[in-house]
Amino acid sequence: MTNTSTRNKVLWAIATILVLVYALFPVASILATSFKSPSDLTSGKFLPSSGTATTSNYEQILVGDAQGLFLSALRNSIGISLIATFIAVVLATLCAYAIARLDFPGKKLILTTALAVSIFPVISIVTPLFNLWRTIGLYDTWLGLIIPYLSLTLPISIWTLAAFFRQIPWELEQAAQVDGATTWQAFRKAIVPLALPGVFTTAIIAFFIAWNDFVYGISLTSTEAARPVPAALAFFTGASQFESPTGAISAAAIIVTIPVVLLVLLFQRQIVSGLTSGAVKG
Amino acid sequence: MASITLNHLVKKYGDGFPAVNDISIDIADGEFIILVGPSGCGKSTLLRMIVGLEDITDGDLLIDGQRVNDKAPRDRNLAMVFQNYALYPHLTVYENIAFPLRLAKGKHSEDQVNKLVTEAAATLELTDHLQRKPANLSGGQRQRVAMGRAIVRQADAFLFDEPLSNLDAKLRGQMRSEISQMQRRLGVTSVYVTHDQTEAMTLGDRVAVLKKGELQQIASPRELYEQPVNLFVAGFIGSPSMNFLPATLEGTTLRTALGDISIPEDKARKAAGKRVVLVGVRPEFFEDAKLVEDSKRSHGSTFMATLTHTEWLGNEQYGYINFDPAPEMRELLNSLARDMDADELRPQVVVTLDAASRIRGGREAEIWLDTRKLHLFDAESGENLTRDAEAGAQLTREAAEDRAEEITTAQQADRDGGSAFGSNGTSGNGTSASGNATVDAGAGRSGGATAAGGKHAAG
Repeated sequence: MTNTSTRNKVLWAIATILVLVYALFPVASILATSFKSPSDLTSGKFLPSSGTATTSNYEQILVGDAQGLFLSALRNSIGISLIATFIAVVLATLCAYAIARLDFPGKKLILTTALAVSIFPVISIVTPLFNLWRTIGLYDTWLGLIIPYLSLTLPISIWTLAAFFRQIPWELEQAAQVDGATTWQAFRKAIVPLALPGVFTTAIIAFFIAWNDFVYGISLTSTEAARPVPAALAFFTGASQFESPTGAISAAAIIVTIPVVLLVLLFQRQIVSGLTSGAVKG
Repeated sequence: MASITLNHLVKKYGDGFPAVNDISIDIADGEFIILVGPSGCGKSTLLRMIVGLEDITDGDLLIDGQRVNDKAPRDRNLAMVFQNYALYPHLTVYENIAFPLRLAKGKHSEDQVNKLVTEAAATLELTDHLQRKPANLSGGQRQRVAMGRAIVRQADAFLFDEPLSNLDAKLRGQMRSEISQMQRRLGVTSVYVTHDQTEAMTLGDRVAVLKKGELQQIASPRELYEQPVNLFVAGFIGSPSMNFLPATLEGTTLRTALGDISIPEDKARKAAGKRVVLVGVRPEFFEDAKLVEDSKRSHGSTFMATLTHTEWLGNEQYGYINFDPAPEMRELLNSLARDMDADELRPQVVVTLDAASRIRGGREAEIWLDTRKLHLFDAESGENLTRDAEAGAQLTREAAEDRAEEITTAQQADRDGGSAFGSNGTSGNGTSASGNATVDAGAGRSGGATAAGGKHAAG
């Protein structure tokens, strides 16, 4: 008994380490590169050569030449992603609630449409959108990115939230109604608190989708007015035309990863599974 | 408190299937009504129509004489206990019980809320658990929180939807007696849905038996048992259930697969003209012929039968006799079994014998049958031909008198014993109190570190 459990533990540990190395090695490599000086980039070593480690890449994008390019892009990315996430989550919550609770004609249609939209290749509508946006004046604006981001985030939000709402026992809502709540009160006081973990999870997923988008970001923007970080990275240049901007790009990549990591760490506690256990017989 | 009147209630779903079909029941103020029937008989639907969670297709629902068909659940002032308790998992026990009070904004001050919740918690012995979350409670405790939420409201009526079906057998017995006593003390009109006939028989002032959305009979448990209106009610009420023997009637003699049985003349007269009848005999109407006192013997008739096997239970024993009915009768018995949610077993008669009886399986023995109590049913319509409506009504009247007396006594005892119900020292409460103490002691021993483990055990 003890033997097998010890062996199991060892096997699990090995497997975990393998997965971690596989997933984190690129991140570690980028992190190391972000501290390399331009002359050190081609050294072929993982770590910066001793004594040459520098924060100049970070200085460059935060306070130096590339500041304008990077900081405005960061502001755009945060703003656009947050707004798109917020709208998507609010709309998806109401939509998913209706799908999970009500029986109305066209319910299947909504779900299949959402699915169809989410599997539709983004690249194929970029060109029409580009022309349309230019004509109606949405090109290179925040709204011009928020709308296509909604098309990416809404379907997945609806699907995750609908699945989540289905797990919440309907009796809770009915009990609240019998206890004297209006439909809206029952939703707000009995369902929303239970759905919060699901809403958080969905919000994080939606935020990442918007945050990570590159195709819309680079195609529908032309200036710092709306260009998000992933697109802006492509416009980084070295100090001279003979220098590659690898170090600066790495530094920027590390900086845009930080919010993602922070979000996951912060909301990890909110995504408590089993909050609903005990509501029903369990 | 209130009376509830169901007036030809009908519930049809989209496909036109009537889940509840023309049901009329008058529920008096303070009465405890049980809705019972096999699964799919519409009993839960009917309850949800009363509380307002299902629309009423046709008919009227009156609470205290007022038509409430179109009122939202929250305007009906009824309290409901759900099968899975429906506790709000994000709220503590205290807040769960206070939930209805908080919804009635402005009606109760914080002090009043506190007082009402504390009182309800004391009634249900939940005082020690007020700050815990439902997930950390045992099944019985959750059940009591759900009842606390109903009590605290001072609702016009309580509705229970199979509230005990998620508990284990022992706890179920305890909670049953608690619900019964609570209902008597509060004197609140209650409607209780169950498929468990022990609950139906022990709790109800009157029991409504439903089948496929139709009301079969509503009467006191005793009337249902002794004067069932048809085959279905007779077979559904009682455990082990009533035996049905196909028979042909010739004069006052029933020719059955078990042999000839001569029956009293008045019963024979009521069934006159029917050639084929079903004889309904409860297991306890049988007895080992050797053990029947002479004074009783003349009330019955005896026959010879071979038992397949017997089961000795201490206070009595069950014997089983197989028989072979005619094919068309077998079909009838099978469809009857299907109606009652039972499997189609081979036709069998269950007899209850005295524990001292030496009759054993495989040997032929003489069995006595009390023919005064048996019923004859029409094989086609299922109607009880020998039902004595007057005797039945008398039983229900007696039950109503007993109930009125019980309520007065309980409420009198309540006034004498102060406001806390727990202090009455009735046997039921005593049992439950000791049960809780054990649970708490166990939780105390396991300590905080293993609280998670306890949670799983409870769930």
